[in-house]
Amino acid sequence: MAYSEKVVDHYENPRNVGSFDKNDAAVGTGLVGAPACGDVMKLQIKVNADGIIEDAKFKTFGCGSAIASSSLVTEWVKGKSIDEASTIKNTDIAKHLALPPVKIHCSVLAEDAIKAAIDDYKRKHGA
Amino acid sequence: MGTQTTNDRLANAPTKPVYLDYQATTPMDPRVLDAMMPFFIEKFGNPHSRNHHYGWEAEEAVEIARKQVADLIGADEREIVFTSGATESNNLAIAGVAHFYKDQKNHIVTVVTEHKCVLDTCRHLEQEGFTVTYLPVKTDGLVDLAALEAAITDKTVLVSIMAANNEIGVIQPLAEIGAICRKKGAFFHTDCAQAFGKIPLDVEAMKIDLMSISGHKIYGPKGIGALFVRRKPRVRLQALIHGGGQERGMRSGTLPTPLCVGLGKAAEIARQEMASENARLTTLRDRFLKTVHEKLPEVFLNGDFSNRLPGNLNLSFAYVEGEGLMMGIKDLCVSSGSACTSASLEPSYVLRALGVEEELAHTSLRIGFGRFTTEAEVDYAADRIVQAVSKLRSMSPLWEMAQEGIDIKSIQWAAH
Repeated sequence: MAYSEKVVDHYENPRNVGSFDKNDAAVGTGLVGAPACGDVMKLQIKVNADGIIEDAKFKTFGCGSAIASSSLVTEWVKGKSIDEASTIKNTDIAKHLALPPVKIHCSVLAEDAIKAAIDDYKRKHGA
Repeated sequence: MGTQTTNDRLANAPTKPVYLDYQATTPMDPRVLDAMMPFFIEKFGNPHSRNHHYGWEAEEAVEIARKQVADLIGADEREIVFTSGATESNNLAIAGVAHFYKDQKNHIVTVVTEHKCVLDTCRHLEQEGFTVTYLPVKTDGLVDLAALEAAITDKTVLVSIMAANNEIGVIQPLAEIGAICRKKGAFFHTDCAQAFGKIPLDVEAMKIDLMSISGHKIYGPKGIGALFVRRKPRVRLQALIHGGGQERGMRSGTLPTPLCVGLGKAAEIARQEMASENARLTTLRDRFLKTVHEKLPEVFLNGDFSNRLPGNLNLSFAYVEGEGLMMGIKDLCVSSGSACTSASLEPSYVLRALGVEEELAHTSLRIGFGRFTTEAEVDYAADRIVQAVSKLRSMSPLWEMAQEGIDIKSIQWAAH
């Protein structure tokens, strides 16, 4: 299968790989997917006092498209408010990376990861 | 090579992709091509033209090739039927025997790890009313002989069990299986696409009644294979392809003389060089495994190690998904048992049949060494894989959790 240039770029030069302390009150962590399905994404956001995502990190177990999708969303969420970040759609991710139909689930998972990270952050803050 | 460091070896990258997928196909041996060349233009006759020079020379070449194939398995040349490849041979053996004997027997025994062309033929026969038993395998990939014996009834016409598995290279105990089949009165068919030319095979000692053979797995041409059909005691089968009655009525169609010659030559070379080639491949495989095991923890071999094709490895690199790994080693040509490399999104059915858990099945690579693999390529491949796995593990949330002592199985994952 031929990957798009953008997928290859994110795979070879993944942005924002790493982890934050998941117990930090400013950090929201999303862990989605399942090992048995061949895809697991961990996405973390660090939110400042103004409610803006000032940093994001990811780790992904999966194919090149899954790695690229999660790398891309760490770039997209940075600088956004958590409400803005929650409007990121899987279709935008798939379109940006030119994912083939069989890889659309990777973009769905990346959207789920953002939502899960935001939910975790909100839960910590009693929302 | 011993004094080079990993970085030296990685810096000396080969100029073209390293081919390590010898179970998928093999390049032709130049000696095979040389043998074939005269039969395209100069000696182009139809081997079935019985009344002129061109026909005779083509027929003679085909019959020499038939003998070369027969000699490699201890058969008589009259027991060799040329086909288009192992898929056709498997179809002809299974459907052909089932249809011929359908008034007396209606049961077939096979194994869940067989190639799709065996399993799919069996599925079609089930739709026609035949009964098929699909035996499981043990965790080492080998069939349980007691279970096999118990599965054969007086209605069993055929037992079809492959010699060597295409994914995990595991070699079944053919002589023991043959003895059981003969004792119980069922024909024994074995798909030898991966085994013919790679390991010693003897249709007498192993009591094999039908054997499927492929050309392109043994450095011969694509588009040619053969089926061994025993004459004593005689195995009858109904043809799949009807026409001029070539190949003693079992497979009509003009024989492709150059391809037959190529298969014959490839078989002859295999017979002469099998022992030395297997010793060399075993050395390369062990060299590769040593590097990988020294530098990477949690790498697991799928399938039995000792009963295995010398050039085959199937390894699970825990916490790293197979397709993602293949993308990181684009200059190595291997294949993966991961779902993502196929359209089905299911991991390898062969690995699942061994009881390999789905998460490990997703992390597997099949690595195949062959006649033209060099020591330098093996070293480079091992270093590249170690490098890529290390990088991807540093990005893997599962690796991170394992390092923190979290049991991944204790987590409630949402299937998607």
